[in-house]
Amino acid sequence: MLQNFPLWPTAASHGAYDLDALFIFLLVVCGAVTLLIFILIFVFSIKYRHGKHKAVQIEGSTPLEITWSLIPLAIFMIFFGWGATLYFREAMPPKDSMEIFVVGKQWMWKVQHPDGVREIDQLHVPAYRDIRLTMISQDVIHSFFVPAFRIKADVLPGRYTTTWFHATKPGVYHLFCAEYCGTMHSGMIGQIVVMEPAEYEAWLQAGGGEGSLASTGQKVFQQLGCANCHRFDTQGRGPNLQGVYGRPVLLDDGSSVIADDNYVRESILNPGAKVVAGFKPIMPTFQGILSEDQVLALISYVKAISTPAQREPVSNRPAVPAQAGVPQVQ
Amino acid sequence: MATVATPKVETANYLNTDFGIKSWLLTTDHKRIALLYLVSITIMFFVGGFFALLIRLELLTPAGDLLQAETYNKMFSMHGIVMVFFFLVPSVPATLGNFLVPLMIGARDLAFPKINLLSWYLYIAGAGLMIYTIVTGGVDTGWTFYTPFSTTFSNTHVITAALAIFIAGFSSILTGLNFIVTMHRMRAPGMTWGRMPLFLWSHYATSIIQLLATPVLAIALLLVALERLFNIGIFNPQLGGDPLLFQHLFWFYSHPAVYIMILPGMGVVSEVIACFSHKRVFGYSFVALSSISIAVLGFLVWAHHMFVAGISVYAALVFSFLSYMVAVPSAIKVFNWTATMYKGSIRMNTPMLYALGFIGLFTMGGMTGLFVASLGVDVHVTDTYFVIAHFHYIMVGGMVMAFLGGIHFWWPKITGKTYPDIWGQIAAATIFLGFNLTFFPQFILGYLGMPRRYHAYPAEFQVLNVLSTAGASILGVGYVLPLFYLFWSLRYGKAAGPNPWNAAGLEWKTTSPPPKYNFEETPVVTWEAYNYDEIPEEAPVVQ
Repeated sequence: MLQNFPLWPTAASHGAYDLDALFIFLLVVCGAVTLLIFILIFVFSIKYRHGKHKAVQIEGSTPLEITWSLIPLAIFMIFFGWGATLYFREAMPPKDSMEIFVVGKQWMWKVQHPDGVREIDQLHVPAYRDIRLTMISQDVIHSFFVPAFRIKADVLPGRYTTTWFHATKPGVYHLFCAEYCGTMHSGMIGQIVVMEPAEYEAWLQAGGGEGSLASTGQKVFQQLGCANCHRFDTQGRGPNLQGVYGRPVLLDDGSSVIADDNYVRESILNPGAKVVAGFKPIMPTFQGILSEDQVLALISYVKAISTPAQREPVSNRPAVPAQAGVPQVQ
Repeated sequence: MATVATPKVETANYLNTDFGIKSWLLTTDHKRIALLYLVSITIMFFVGGFFALLIRLELLTPAGDLLQAETYNKMFSMHGIVMVFFFLVPSVPATLGNFLVPLMIGARDLAFPKINLLSWYLYIAGAGLMIYTIVTGGVDTGWTFYTPFSTTFSNTHVITAALAIFIAGFSSILTGLNFIVTMHRMRAPGMTWGRMPLFLWSHYATSIIQLLATPVLAIALLLVALERLFNIGIFNPQLGGDPLLFQHLFWFYSHPAVYIMILPGMGVVSEVIACFSHKRVFGYSFVALSSISIAVLGFLVWAHHMFVAGISVYAALVFSFLSYMVAVPSAIKVFNWTATMYKGSIRMNTPMLYALGFIGLFTMGGMTGLFVASLGVDVHVTDTYFVIAHFHYIMVGGMVMAFLGGIHFWWPKITGKTYPDIWGQIAAATIFLGFNLTFFPQFILGYLGMPRRYHAYPAEFQVLNVLSTAGASILGVGYVLPLFYLFWSLRYGKAAGPNPWNAAGLEWKTTSPPPKYNFEETPVVTWEAYNYDEIPEEAPVVQ
């Protein structure tokens, strides 16, 4: 029965151990104070019960009030600082993280690995690496929640959000949608499969999709005729996109913006919002024409042509959905 | 003390001076309106409780087998909506507050008796529309109406549910307005602010929130309706809107609303602890001012509901810090209540058991609030059963305990009758045990990672869910018990006399039930609140 009655969740990432430490600290401190209050009430109820003594009227005590305001406040500040430290670390993925894209939709998780492997409701990742997730929703708000990693981030329509983790223990872990998203909300669950790096490589070789995400992006880029205006020289009607990603872009109103995922996405779907200085707002919108997957592919492509060492797409692989006899989910 | 021959002569009071249905439906007497509210919110409480029952039954087994997913989603949505907007928000203010605010300051009625009646009709209109929504198919957005799900994707009765809350909101605004004006303008001679019972301070703080925050909820719900009806892009990014805008607007009301739902309960507890310890409340002015600071700071913490929603990390930092600030005045209250018992003369009558139960459960709810205010911890536990347990400890463990404690405390004043104390004590103990068994396992479930609003769940969560459901059935029995003995007391209860508990406060100086205009003569107050040194310790009446 005990395997069906866990009292503490599995910890399988650096972040999980760090959070457990804070949680235990909170349990001890808050538990002690709660116990103290319970004991006081209990003792007073017995000791000062009616009929033993006459009640002694006491006005109050300003020094006591100050004491029991300031001491809790000081303790609260420890909770605050410690929690904020973990939160900030969680908000800032390390620079060289492996990037995986996640698209949430009613009611499934679609995952795209950088070299083209796609999965649904499953995410295979290597252990001992920083993995960064860039996520977007195709419909309502979802939330990507992996209890074993103690991470959760809402997945919004119309904007990318990110989270990251560093798994320390191979195994299979729950993936839950934590933001109520409609009828089958509780069915929007999946598995995170953490593998030894070598196993993961082997899995990638076996899995494979139709070429890397960037090469898919390149195809979309050509099919839609983007290259007609976004030429790789300075003669195009739109800006040259080479070397743009991750750098500041000067806009026609004089301000500037970093060309990150959200900016590139906005420029595709709502081109008039932030027009690059020196260009006319003539680009048509691709809202409703592109799926979120295609937008992600385009972003990967724009990113690829901005990276000095252009990684050529890995060769085509047979499309085999990732399935295996997986061990018990933790 | 009670003798066999209790005189049967009934003095003229607010219950027996007018008769007939019309005398109730057109009454402007704050005491009668309080009773109208009491009956209405009790019905809504059991409607919401029925949904909770179905939720707990469904969660007995991991598979979603009792209800369909869609039905289950409607159950938790309507449980939340009914309990929050139609029970918890009006619970103490509209019943006990309505009854007691004029009595406690020595006034004949509230400042605007007709507006008071209007507020009850608005409540009834809202509640009626909500019942209509329920019977015509219900709503499945959760009580939080998150966009764009509520505006674009749900195909249930979102508009009527939102409209029901919109209307009921005005009833809440009018009650708050009435209390503020009454406390400013209608205090009896000598009833200075510094002499007001803490019940009134907490209601003053509550009223400020009701008046200032509720309109924002009205706006948010109106915008949901506009986007849903006319496709105006406000929240849905596909129409050019921003889904987080809704969350900001919604929580700008709904976080302060948490204090609407707890501050009046704190007021009840201050009165009860003082009476049954036979002591002045320790640190009166600190307890009074802590209510006001909770009301003010409560407006500045809303985005702590959104730490994982995609807000700026720096904004999150500020909101986490302010959330700890608002915890300080709550801690002050708990310490002062405990200190009030020190060197008291403590009687364990029913209201006191409820009040102590409140302190215990509210402390646990407050302590776990410190967990979720911590950014790192919130990332893991938000939207899980940990949060469900946390806020039920505050709202149900806290506020419902306080509500019942208050009802039991002032029942002799309201009805003129006493109930059997032993039955009250049994009910209080049952509720306390049932509550803990229901919600404590949910803390563990939440930390394990069980998300809220799940119709089906992985098998390893079952044992804790079974415990929770078992607790809920005990809790249910506890909630039904008072219905029986309180109704029984109306007919068979002994006459209470003006002050059966030997309590301080103006409301105990008039007869029970009070006369139509509360006092024969306008009282002149020459004493501080909680002048228990001037009141004999022996209870004069009943058991």
